[in-house]
Amino acid sequence: MNDQDTTTSTQYLTFTLGHEVFAVDIAKIREVLEFTSVTKVPRTPGFMCGVINLRGSVVPVVDMRQKFQMTQSVKSVNTCIIILEVAQDDGIVVMGALADSVREVMELEPDQIEPAPRIGMQLRSDFLKGMGKQEGRFIMILDIDKMFSVEELSSGQPSTAG
Amino acid sequence: MNVEIDTSAFTEEAYELLSELEDSLLELEAAPQDQELISRVFRAMHTIKGSGAMFGFDAVAEFTHEVETVFDMARNGTIPVTKPLIDLTLAARDQIRAMLDAAAGGGEPADQNNANRIIAGLRALSPEKKSGGGGGHAAGHGAPAGKPQAQTPDTNEPHIFRIRFTPNPDIFSSGTNPLLLLNELRELGDCRVVARTEKLPDFDDLDAEVCYTGWEIFLTAEIGENAIRDVFIFVEDECDINIRLLDRDQVMRDREESKKLGQILLERGDVNSNELEKALLPLGDRLVQAGVVTPDKVRAALTEQLVIQEKHDKKKTAETATSVRVPSDKLDSLVDLVGELVTMQARLNQTASSIGDHTLQLIAEEVERLTAELRDNTMSIRMLTIDTTFNKFKRLVRDLSTELGKEIELITAGGETELDKTVIDQLNDPLVHIIRNSIDHGVESPEIRRAHGKNPVGKITLAAIHSGASVLIRVEDDGAGLDAQRLRAKGIEKGLLSPDDELTEKEAFQLIFAAGFSTAAKITNVSGRGVGMDVVRRSIEGLRGSIDVNSVLGKGTTITLKLPLTLAIIEGLLVMVEGEYFVLPLAAVEECVELSREDVEKAHGRHVINVRGEIIPYIRIRSRFEIGGSPPEIEQIVISEVDEKRIGFVVDKVVGQHQTVIKTLGKNFQHSEEFSGATILGNGGVALILDLTKMVRYVEEEENRELDVP
Repeated sequence: MNDQDTTTSTQYLTFTLGHEVFAVDIAKIREVLEFTSVTKVPRTPGFMCGVINLRGSVVPVVDMRQKFQMTQSVKSVNTCIIILEVAQDDGIVVMGALADSVREVMELEPDQIEPAPRIGMQLRSDFLKGMGKQEGRFIMILDIDKMFSVEELSSGQPSTAG
Repeated sequence: MNVEIDTSAFTEEAYELLSELEDSLLELEAAPQDQELISRVFRAMHTIKGSGAMFGFDAVAEFTHEVETVFDMARNGTIPVTKPLIDLTLAARDQIRAMLDAAAGGGEPADQNNANRIIAGLRALSPEKKSGGGGGHAAGHGAPAGKPQAQTPDTNEPHIFRIRFTPNPDIFSSGTNPLLLLNELRELGDCRVVARTEKLPDFDDLDAEVCYTGWEIFLTAEIGENAIRDVFIFVEDECDINIRLLDRDQVMRDREESKKLGQILLERGDVNSNELEKALLPLGDRLVQAGVVTPDKVRAALTEQLVIQEKHDKKKTAETATSVRVPSDKLDSLVDLVGELVTMQARLNQTASSIGDHTLQLIAEEVERLTAELRDNTMSIRMLTIDTTFNKFKRLVRDLSTELGKEIELITAGGETELDKTVIDQLNDPLVHIIRNSIDHGVESPEIRRAHGKNPVGKITLAAIHSGASVLIRVEDDGAGLDAQRLRAKGIEKGLLSPDDELTEKEAFQLIFAAGFSTAAKITNVSGRGVGMDVVRRSIEGLRGSIDVNSVLGKGTTITLKLPLTLAIIEGLLVMVEGEYFVLPLAAVEECVELSREDVEKAHGRHVINVRGEIIPYIRIRSRFEIGGSPPEIEQIVISEVDEKRIGFVVDKVVGQHQTVIKTLGKNFQHSEEFSGATILGNGGVALILDLTKMVRYVEEEENRELDVP
């Protein structure tokens, strides 16, 4: 069902979370920042890192590792914040996503992308647009709009339940 | 040139004219004799017709022409201004609006039958039925819709009249008091009076029963000469009256320059040209010295010059300094930019003081001053007076009360109060709800009111006043009031309360804000469905405001909204907990006191402190927000007023006052209701702004849950 989407753009930014490689459609990416201090918003789900100041705008940052229930990230010099343009209910919202490191921009032709298997991924398959292959390694292509939808981000324990 | 843009300019103007028309009509209803109001109605309609035809809204122009024709008769006094006329004209206004909506938005076409009905009704009001008018068909063929006639009669433009009023010396003997006549003139328009006292004898020779004085009156008014003659109608024979129209003929010809004093004196025949030549140097005084004219004459002439000059200036400013229409998103981005500038300026200040360079600090201070000025200016651009919103309700009250068979008078006060545009925009719906409620549930029907010994005409007061950094909007009715007992019973019935709950009157009143709560026995299409007040409360809180109810059974209900002046920038108090910054709205902060370990131990673990004999509960920000670390030896309590109670908030350190530019956190933090937003600090970091009211409410709920309070 995502065939149409995957053929529109062929460039992807790849990044790592742990030892795995993920990719995001380059059209969704505004910029990549070095990790700066993030202001935690109390009483929010753990994967909500908090907010940063992006040239005068307050931008929320999500820890993707925690969102995928991976072990918590350890900050290093390679840690960076990928600034994404996410399509939410009422327009484009700018958000940051915490990644362990950013690798490269690569071309993936539609025929190099396969639909993600429904089981066995240890990852919610609806977050995946498909799987690409590069030098025998899997690259998981993320569906940013689904991952960062309002419902996804505000689920988890709401702040008001003590 | 794009045609689309042109028509949108027309529709925008027309919408404005229509709302002006509505206001004038409603005012006219209260004062049907007011010629000025009738003219205003006529002018608005005339403009809509004219520009409508110009922009190709022929249907609008034709229809408006019909209405205008009838109103022209009202203006000329052929037909009186009656309630049916106003009703029909209001209906016509709505019809024009519908036609414009249809033309502009491409929505449903306006109901032609309705238009025909209105026109038929209007024609029935006019004494001379049009012959062959097509039996009430809207498109009267006689209507020259394509080119509106330039039927702007003389009365539309204010004129300046010079009235020389010289009573006969024995006028007092007939019992006439000239001062009353002058007062009468004053009522006609803007009036300046200069007394001519040159005939006044020395005090010893003065006869108290003789009138020595004459007057020159400069009257600026939209009336004809006859109206002035009417004033003097009974004294015409006993005095010398000379009325001259000053503008148009002379003034308008040389409008570039106001007339010179000498010229005026010359024209008035007070001095001839030879005498004028002689005394031309420093004019006024010279003439007096030379005994050519009396000081009074000079004074009169000077006044004349002044009046004309003023009118001229007024005209000029009206031409040049009118308002500028700006799309509101441009204003929004201006405010954003100023917000960023304020942030950068804070950073500059911090950097300058840390570097310690004197010159740099001076520059930083200067920038600070400019930024503050720019900020205030920008904010004031966004400020609108609330009277447009208030005026909308006049119609609402009028229509609704008629529909419900009640007589209600709406009194508005403080319409000039200014509020941020965003606040005003979002205030409309809540106010509609409140006023509808007042009309439907508050004010009783005339019979019941009479039975209770009240004035059968109900009264709803809508008032706005400034109060510090807030604006209070009060909706007050003199209706039945809220019945605390009934509210309580209803609350129990709805399961909002348990039967043993003790409620104060005030708490009972708060029940009306609960969702799904309505005490109305029957549901009308106006209200009673129980949606409304909870929505009102939510939208007011969304504006960082609060709402308060007060009521006396049988006497009436008062609902007070407290709203912030602006939403974009607030004065905040910056505090720190374990290296994290938070901002508390300074408006709520009352004082800061220290909290030592000793104080904590004295309270045996209860979160209360004794401040000058007063017990104040406090909330620890550190534990509330699950911030780790250990508190310092001496903490600070910021005592704030929340929901009219004093509550402390414990922080590590109070940093100081902070100009807080509010940035919303967005939907992704919609559950973080304890924060009203975030702000960017001078060091580039982000601090969260606390919403104290919500926080206290949550803490209260949670504690009640933990302690198992039912």
